[in-house]
Amino acid sequence: MNFLKDLAFLVEGFKELMDPRYIVMWVIGGVLIYLAIKKKMEPTLLLPLGFGTILVNIPLSGAIDKFAADGTLISEGPLSTLFGAGISNELFPLILFIGIGAMIDFGPVLSNPKLMIFGAAAQFGIFFTFCLASMFFETNDAASIAIIGAADGPTAIVVAQKLKSTYQGAIMVAAYSYMALVPIIQPPVIKLLTTKKERQIRMPYEKGDVSKTARILFPIIITVLAGIVAPDSVALVGFLMFGNLIRECGVLDSLSDTAQNVLANLVTIFLGLTIAAQMQAENFLKWDTLLILGLGLFAFIFDTAGGVLFAKLLNLFMKKKINPMIGAAGISAFPMSGRVVHQMGLEEDNQNFLLMHSIGVNVSGQIASVIAGGLILQFFL
Amino acid sequence: MEFNPSKFVDSLYYLGTGMVSIFIVIGVIILMTMLINKVFKDKKAE
Repeated sequence: MNFLKDLAFLVEGFKELMDPRYIVMWVIGGVLIYLAIKKKMEPTLLLPLGFGTILVNIPLSGAIDKFAADGTLISEGPLSTLFGAGISNELFPLILFIGIGAMIDFGPVLSNPKLMIFGAAAQFGIFFTFCLASMFFETNDAASIAIIGAADGPTAIVVAQKLKSTYQGAIMVAAYSYMALVPIIQPPVIKLLTTKKERQIRMPYEKGDVSKTARILFPIIITVLAGIVAPDSVALVGFLMFGNLIRECGVLDSLSDTAQNVLANLVTIFLGLTIAAQMQAENFLKWDTLLILGLGLFAFIFDTAGGVLFAKLLNLFMKKKINPMIGAAGISAFPMSGRVVHQMGLEEDNQNFLLMHSIGVNVSGQIASVIAGGLILQFFL
Repeated sequence: MEFNPSKFVDSLYYLGTGMVSIFIVIGVIILMTMLINKVFKDKKAE
């Protein structure tokens, strides 16, 4: 009998499964993995996030810190350690931003800088969602939820962490899932707000020449300017622009290559798994989570609407009309949003090539979203 | 979580301030970029 009692530990975990929340979280983790593999939706983030969700929702999981009833730490878990090492101090998303900056070619924006104004307009969803979210959540949480509209994972992580939001897990899932759903979210909104005639407006592309000096000065000037305006955004903007500078300087090809590939991939692995530490059932399975997912969707919709409507507004005053669809590309989901707009243009008129304009606007959305994140921190930190 | 609809109106201030701020910052960036392009023209183009 003593021998059987000694074996009782084998079933202790199964007893904990009487709480159905664990099973629900396994299903959620499985859905994220399915979306990553089968639907190829942001697999670099959704797969580690999905698997990490399962890891942290196994009863008595050793992957996360374990606490006694009085709150004292019994044992440390590696995911909690990684969270402390790289998420709670915003280090992982900032390092990832170096890689993202090294991947971005600002050439289309530099050759036609006026396109950047659509990047600004397409951040409308962030601030409007803040107004909506503030009806339900405290200010820091409402602002963190609003930044889902930045359509940029590192920005969302940094802002949510700095504002000490209690909904980081839901915010991350919303941000990355909706980024992958841009080809589904944007087209209906664009079609609702534009006429067929407007969608057929042609915008011939004239390639402007951009000097190497301009390409080198651009990231430096952006960093200084954004940093003076919103000092809390210096890390966000600075790391992104540093990555771009090592790409454009022409003397650090190996560093640029490393940043774009090895560094970005390495940090992405840690980021996805570590964010999952916030996906514990007791934190995630709340009605608040559903509301956050809904507000995140609103943020993307109103970002799209903001960009399109601003372009239509400009058309009232311009002789040479802009195809208002390119306003929608100001959302920071790069390069998907740019490609979606280009594809919609071709569907309306198979000789209407909007790609260089839409990609230029899309790139400017990356800059604008980081600045918007800095402004959010400036307002509410 | 409490539903407080009056906070929507209170938050409109941040909507206005945020959008004006971002347009101003991006506007300055656009002007700076145009200036850089003018001063540091691509020599091949000339």
